[in-house]
Amino acid sequence: MLNKEALIDRLVKGMRDGAIELPPDVTAKLEEAHSKETDDIPKMQFKAILDNIKLAHDESLPLCQDTGIQVFFIKAGYDFPYLNDIHKAIPLAIKKATMEIPLRPNTVDPYTGNNPKNNLGPNMPAITVELVEGDEATIQIMPKGGGSENMSALWMLTPAQGFDGLKKKILEHIQFAAGKPCPPIILGVGVGGGADMAVKLAKKAILRPLDVTNSNEKIAAMEKDILDSVNKLGVGPMGLGGNTTALAVHIEYTSRHPATFPTALVIQCWCDRRAIIKIDKDGGMS
Amino acid sequence: MAEYNLKTPIDNETISKLVAGDIIYLSGTVFTARDEAHMELLEHGDIPGFDMTGLGLYHCGPVMQQKDGKWNIISAGPTTSFRMETLEPEFLDKFKVKLIIGKGGMGPLTLESLKKHNVVYVSFTGGAGALAAKGLGEVKGVYYLEELGMPEAVWVFEAKGFGPLIVSMDSKGHSLYDDVNSKTKENLERLLGD
Repeated sequence: MLNKEALIDRLVKGMRDGAIELPPDVTAKLEEAHSKETDDIPKMQFKAILDNIKLAHDESLPLCQDTGIQVFFIKAGYDFPYLNDIHKAIPLAIKKATMEIPLRPNTVDPYTGNNPKNNLGPNMPAITVELVEGDEATIQIMPKGGGSENMSALWMLTPAQGFDGLKKKILEHIQFAAGKPCPPIILGVGVGGGADMAVKLAKKAILRPLDVTNSNEKIAAMEKDILDSVNKLGVGPMGLGGNTTALAVHIEYTSRHPATFPTALVIQCWCDRRAIIKIDKDGGMS
Repeated sequence: MAEYNLKTPIDNETISKLVAGDIIYLSGTVFTARDEAHMELLEHGDIPGFDMTGLGLYHCGPVMQQKDGKWNIISAGPTTSFRMETLEPEFLDKFKVKLIIGKGGMGPLTLESLKKHNVVYVSFTGGAGALAAKGLGEVKGVYYLEELGMPEAVWVFEAKGFGPLIVSMDSKGHSLYDDVNSKTKENLERLLGD
């Protein structure tokens, strides 16, 4: 049986790890990028980033003051018995995490401007559930910052524009976004479905570890091609110029209506925080 | 590229000698103000008993924690400065701060206002919230906490060697962001032409 108290504690730990520790694949890419810079200013940006990662770890402090909106992606088996418990536990865990870690109270009523100071509110928390075969569940937590989210984009391209048109849009957009989304960034790109699906796929694409490419070789080649071009723009860390503007480009796609070519871009900052929790059918958690 | 250890209040002479590309480590009084605090201060004029002359204005919404009645800085990196672009000229007309600290740079309205009032804009690395908290030292006070909430309140810190801060927009009209923008535009044209 799943212990409900233990589930809340595990979710709080996930949010704590998310806020404080950067996944090793991200730190490795940042170290590599640091070694590729030659000028003083971009080198200094990477040094501050790497010093900050170490300090946050050593002193258990949130990496960034924007501890984000807590975004949950749940993949659950049809025979997984505890979805109800997870749904009830997440808001309680967010309240607890906000006090204990602490997280910045980041949910504001769009109309009244009221901040309930607990990172909850109407239609919050942001939970997406995907049902799959099996009896286990995976919960992915993504604390998503506002600066990078502000630079998201949706382009309803024509089929004639296609992937070439998408690459052009992305390059123009990253040049425009410059230092605002806290580069070096990760680009999540969604293609196909409808407007809603393209954006959701783009956000999900950010969850993929940086050293994993799309399983379709042609799409993987396109990811690399766009990444190389984005880095040739020269925006650099924090928009102050340099050789690395992006750490990865991740494309996810689905079928499109023949008359449409929906494309979306969701940007993640260098502080690419994520945590994973797995729960089995007997309530065992890892 | 010169390096300076500065202490507030900073005078005009000091600001005049700073050029884009210089590095600063800042000690003394720094206060936070984001979108809401800018609007609040512009509406109400000033905070009685709090003189901003020569201080550092920090675009930041920190994570703070209160323990035994005392506020501590947990994480306090810069927020995106560009959101304050339309508010900053009026702010600098009213308040005599000498440094603006933020990330991502600001636009032509602020650049012009920096010239007019002899102020510099300096950049701290975005996302480096733990590192910033260390340099910002102690909490001296807070205003508008109840009205605006933690991220938007005006927090006053006593910084100790906060940096490195890069002078990215100086008081002579030189912006490193404009330099990078010109280069990235050229690069974009070339990449799209390929």
